[in-house]
Amino acid sequence: MGFPDRIERTTDIAHPPARVWTALTTAEGLASWFGNEAGIDLRPGGTAWMKWTDGPTADMRVERVEEPTVFGFTWHINGLPDEDPRRTYVEFTLEPTDTGTRLTVVESGFAQLPDDAYEKAYGGNVDGWASELGELVAHLDAA
Amino acid sequence: MPPDGGPARSGAGSGRSGAGSAHPGRSAPAGAMPADAEAVAEQVFVALADPSRRALLAALAAGGPATATDLAARLPITRQAIAKHMALLTETGLVTAEPGERRRVRYRLRSAPMRVAQQFLAALARDWDGPLDALKNHLDRPPTI
Repeated sequence: MGFPDRIERTTDIAHPPARVWTALTTAEGLASWFGNEAGIDLRPGGTAWMKWTDGPTADMRVERVEEPTVFGFTWHINGLPDEDPRRTYVEFTLEPTDTGTRLTVVESGFAQLPDDAYEKAYGGNVDGWASELGELVAHLDAA
Repeated sequence: MPPDGGPARSGAGSGRSGAGSAHPGRSAPAGAMPADAEAVAEQVFVALADPSRRALLAALAAGGPATATDLAARLPITRQAIAKHMALLTETGLVTAEPGERRRVRYRLRSAPMRVAQQFLAALARDWDGPLDALKNHLDRPPTI
C-alpha cells in the first residue's frame, strides 16, 4: 500500500501571475473560487479562514508570502477530528509563462506520524471524562 | 487477506522494505509514512473489511468499553465469534483487553491506529482538481464590479 504524503497538481492558466496571485491571496479572491466567504491577514503567521455555505469552515495559518510567486499556508487535515493538532502544508507556486501562469499546488504532510504526546493527551482526556462522570455520580450519591 | 488472525504486518505480502520501492525512479519524499505506519493502516483496513468486526468496533465506539457477554447481548454475533474477533483486534492494537467486573475481560477501543488510517483516507479524499477548475473558471469570468 502506498501512503501518499504529498499531493501535487500543476495547471496552466491563461492569466498573468498578478491576477492569479490576487485570486489566491485576497479574501475577495478566495471567496470567489475556493470558499463562499473568506478572510485573510496576508503575512507569515497571519490567520486566514474560509467558510462554505453547506457548513464546513477552514482555518488557515499563512506561512509564506512572496508576491507574486509563492503563497503557503497550513491547515487542519480534513477528516481528522477537530482537536487533532496535525496540519498539512499547502504551497502555491506561480511561474510566468508565454501564455500566462503555471500554477503548482503542493499539499504535504498527510503521512505525519501520530503524535505520541497527543495520544497521551487524548487518552488523558478520555480517562478525565470517566473520572469526571465518576465524580458527578459520587456528588449525586452524596446529596 | 486471510482471516487467520495472524498479525497483518507479516502477511502484507508486498515484501516492500523501503517507501520508494513502489515508485521506481522516485525517491521517497521526506517525511513519508514509514513502513510501520503503513502496517498499522493495513491492519485497520483488514479489521474493517469484516462486517462483524465493524459492528463490534462500532459498538465499542458508541457505547464504550464492554465485555464479550455485553456485546453478544447487543449484536447478532455469538459470544464465541466475538472472542475470536476480539483476539484479532487486540493483537493488532485496535482494542485493548482490561480486567472488568466478575473477572471478565472488558474490551476498550484504542483510537490511535484509526487515526493513522484516517490520515490515509484524508489524503485520498483531498480534492484539488475541483478547486483548481473553479479557480480557472473564476479568472476566465469578466471582472464584475
